Order: sequence, then C-alpha cells, then structure tokens
Amino acid sequence: MTRELKPTHYFQKDISNCGLTGFISTAGNLVEGNVIIKSIALMHDRGNGLGGGFAAYGIYPEFKEFYAFHLMYESGMAQQLTEEYLEQHFYIEHHEEIPTRRTPAIANPPAFKRYFVKLLQTAEYNEAIEFQNMTDEDVIVRHVMGINNGIEGAFVVSSGKNMGAFKGVGYPEEIADFFRLEEYKGYIWTAHNRFPTNTPGWWGGAHPFTLLDWSIVHNGEISSYGINKRYLEMYGYLCTMLTDTEVVAYTLDLLIRKHGLTPELASLAMASPFWDIIDALPEDERQLLTAIRQCYGSALLNGPFAILFASNEGLIGLNDRVKLRPLVCATKDDFVYMASEEAAIREICPKPDKVWAPRGGEPVIAKMQPGVI
Amino acid sequence: MTKIDAQGLYYRDLNQKIREAVAAGTTEIVLDNVNGQYFIGDGINRPVTIAINGVPGNDLAAFMNGATIVVNDNAQDNIGNTMNAGKVIVHGHAGDVLGYGMRGGRVHIRKDVGYRVGIHMKSYESNKPVLIAGGKAGDFFGEYMAGGVLILLDMFSDEPEKPKHGFRFGTGMHGGTIFVRGGVDETKLSREVGVFELTDEDRLELEGYLKEYCNDFGIDYTEVAKEEFVKVLPRSRRPYGNLYCPMPR
Repeated sequence: MTRELKPTHYFQKDISNCGLTGFISTAGNLVEGNVIIKSIALMHDRGNGLGGGFAAYGIYPEFKEFYAFHLMYESGMAQQLTEEYLEQHFYIEHHEEIPTRRTPAIANPPAFKRYFVKLLQTAEYNEAIEFQNMTDEDVIVRHVMGINNGIEGAFVVSSGKNMGAFKGVGYPEEIADFFRLEEYKGYIWTAHNRFPTNTPGWWGGAHPFTLLDWSIVHNGEISSYGINKRYLEMYGYLCTMLTDTEVVAYTLDLLIRKHGLTPELASLAMASPFWDIIDALPEDERQLLTAIRQCYGSALLNGPFAILFASNEGLIGLNDRVKLRPLVCATKDDFVYMASEEAAIREICPKPDKVWAPRGGEPVIAKMQPGVI
Repeated sequence: MTKIDAQGLYYRDLNQKIREAVAAGTTEIVLDNVNGQYFIGDGINRPVTIAINGVPGNDLAAFMNGATIVVNDNAQDNIGNTMNAGKVIVHGHAGDVLGYGMRGGRVHIRKDVGYRVGIHMKSYESNKPVLIAGGKAGDFFGEYMAGGVLILLDMFSDEPEKPKHGFRFGTGMHGGTIFVRGGVDETKLSREVGVFELTDEDRLELEGYLKEYCNDFGIDYTEVAKEEFVKVLPRSRRPYGNLYCPMPR
C-alpha cells in the first residue's frame, strides 16, 4: 500500500523581516503619498500581509492648530461612547469619516473617523493645569490613554497636530490604497511593512505607533518590553496595543517631551553603549553616559531593532547598539531618506548625493529647517 | 551575451530568466535597471559572468559555485552566503553579514562594508575564501571566523571621518587570517585575537590577493602596498572551550 505524504512546509522560501522606509524634506516641501508607497512597495516581500501603515506630517494645514485625532472603531457602541467622551472634553472644529476605498484586499476593516479638536476649559482641565502641574500635551496624553484603555473597541491611531497615521491589516500598498493615501501631501512620510512574530497581526498592532505627534515604525523585537512597560506605567502611560513597539512611542514622549532630553541623549538612553565601551570614553563623556544608563536603565531597549521616529520637528533613524537590523540612509538636496534597504531609497531617489549605513546606536537626525513650518 | 532589462521585474521572474540564460549556454549576462531584486546568482554553478547595473537586493551570490558577478553600483546585505567558488566584485559599498559561512571564491568590495563581515568564513584544504573590503568596516569584523582570509584596506571610503573598523573585532574567531592595512585599533579587538607581524610567506600570499583585487578595480597596486599590513590571528582554536566549565586540553 502506498501512502500519500502531505507536504509539511511550503518549501519556497518566505522572505520575512519587516521593512521600513521614510523621508523628510527639511525645507518643508510637500510630497505626494505615491512616493512613499512606491518605496515601501519595493520591499513587499519583507512583510506577510499582516500589517502595513504610514505616518504623514503636514497633511492638515487647514487644521494645523488643532489636534488631529484619528480614531479606529470596532463597533458602533465604541464610536458612540468615544464621541460622548470627546464632546465632554474637547471643542471639535471638524469631524468626518477618514476617506477609504473599497478594495478586495481589505476584507473586514473597522470604521475610521478623524476629529480636529482643542481642549475645552472644563473643571477637570483647570484642575489639571492649575493644581496637577500638567500641560496641554499631558492632558491630551491622559485622554488618549483614557480612550484606549477605557473604551472597549476604540483606539486612537494618532493624536498630533498637522499629522496622521494610517494603518491596518494588509500589505502596505493595500493599506495605502484603502486609505487613498495618494490624495495626501506631506513633508515627512514614514511607512512600515509588517511581519508579526510575537504578537497578533491586528489593526491596532500595525505600525506606526503614535502619541501626540510622535510616530514610530520599527523592525525587530523589543525584548525588554516588560521592563519598559512597567517603567512607563509609573508615569501614566498604559500599553494597550499588544505589541512591543508601543513602548518606544511612549518612551520618546517621556524622555524628550517630559524630561527635556535632546533626541541625541534619548537615543543614547534607548540604545546605550555597553559598559566597557562607556568606560573607555573620555572622562566627561564617560560621566554623561554613565548617568544616562544609571538613570534610564529601564528605558534601555534590549533586542534587535531599527526604528524611524518622526515628529513635526524632524525624522530620526536609530539602530540597536549591535546593529541586528538593517538601516541605510541617504541625502539629496533638502531630503533625507532612511530605509531597511538601499533599493527602497533608490526607487524614489535614483541618484542620492550620499548613501551610508549608520553605526549601531548612532542616531541619524534630520531636523526641519527653522521657520519652515 | 544576454541582456535582461530588470526594470520593475519581480525577483522570481528575474532569477528565472537568468537561470534560463545560463542553461542555454550563455557565458555573459548583463542585467540593466536592477533595483532590490533578491537572490541574484544564487546557486549558479557554471562559469558565467553576470554584470549588474543598479543595486541588487539581499542574498546576492548565495551558494554560488563558479560564476562571476560584477556589481557596477552599491550592494546590500548577505552577499556570498555559503559561496563555494567564483567571484563577486562590487564597485560601490556593501552592507552587513558579507561572506557568511563562505568556503571558497572571492568577494571584492571597493568601498565600505557593514557589520559582521566575514562571519564564520571557513576553509578546507584547497578551498580558501578571500574577502577584501577597500573602505571601512563596522563592528564584529571576522566574527566566529573559522578559516579563509579577510582583508581590510581603509582606502576608499565615503565616510573618511569614521574609524577604520568597529568594536568586537574578531569576536569568537578561531581560524583563518585577517590582514589590515595600516594597523588595527587594539582597544577594539576581542579577547580571542592577537596582532602579529607578517612573515615573508604572508607577504607573498597577500600580494597575490591584492594584485587580483587591484586588477578588478583598476587600482595601482603600489599605492596599496605603500602602507604596512598587520595580521590578526585567533589566540586559540577553541576560544569558548572553558566558558562553562574547564575542559581538559
């Protein structure tokens, strides 16, 4: 008797890594969504269709004084409760559905709405400002945490001014098609192609992760997630997205916005050099890095990563300290490009002025030129 | 000669065309408009020459056995994984993890290289792989190296302000030889390696490798030979033999 053996594997190699790409026009030139789509689509095979997303800056100039809340709803009830919450705490200048396109690639999307808001001077707000030493940004963070943690099925996808995140389950080019990203123009764009390894491939788990106008796309694994999460909880940040990358967004907010570290120092806290390397540095550098590591041990990101983080101030690329994930950078005129593969840059910038691979733990910082936004 | 326009071509379709051309007996293939296609030249076991115009994707020349690849631009990560024979020439820079487990042939990079270059290169009898980087290198140069030859020149770099090589140089190295032009930064060497002067035999061997390299790029060998080289060798063939408990030698 012959027995039919079923194959146990799909034997063709499945390339899988996560891919990221991003660029900034430091002169504030607006670039159409097509460009970033072309770049991330080149690295299609780095993902597996379980997550794609984009962050775009400069896309809402007509509402740039307002916090742009992108909301994702898994149910009508979630929307109703969230809108009641928003009306209670915010003046809503304008709200609408985020335009989407029906596409066969995206089967069961949740609902997406955006709200352009300012904080209302409620009793709770006055209490926070006058007696709890909070700023407007702190109050926004509290509301974002409140919605994500308190309302079942509602998630704040982004909450910064003049920026937005667009993400979901699918390949990035499919997500771009769904959200009609070719209709937007921005001066900073980042994109992510996800291959989820440790955590579920769901709409909220796609990158970027955001808070205020911070956005993060990440390739790798934050092995120190538990330590980072508990550390952030002490400062009121609640992790609700079931994915390691979330802690990076909140850590940046804590270190840069709250504690006033420069992006350079925050990068050194998150991707700190090893002790033997610190000890060999000149004395004042040694003291500085020793202090950073001692103070921010719980903000150290352990594990392999390449991340791009953006805000209205600029775009920063950072690798883990032993460079276990790829990152390539390039410049051309007022543009700075950062991506997992040089080809993703060359696809949209065939002849860069300079192309280089940054060292592990060495941040590449591209700031908006002063006065352009 | 076979010319293939790779513009917008999916990597599988491109590699299919290359294989068909090789099977049909072509000895020279020119790929135009390559950008990011993975696996070019993988497993090719005939002495064909593949010229690449553009930036090839990751895993170039893996398991390659006798072909020659000339990249007229930069290249990405993982070149020459477990390569057996043949040659890869890259006229620009290249990325991380070059020559992983490489066991024969040549990889010649004109400019800078990334992290973990020459990781676990090995040699057996007459199979002796040689990887030469003309620029600077990242951390973990020659990591777990078991055999073969790694050469670092620090002559042609896009980032002249950067150090010649990174930290953890030769971590876990237990075989093979690294030659570095103009000396190494000993504070960045791993504990497993030591620095030595070249013997007359070494000089002769090195000259052979470098002349071939210079010939590929049209470089004047006398320029390369102007500076003295040092040799980095492992202190032990079993660097971690006593890591968990002391073992009899």
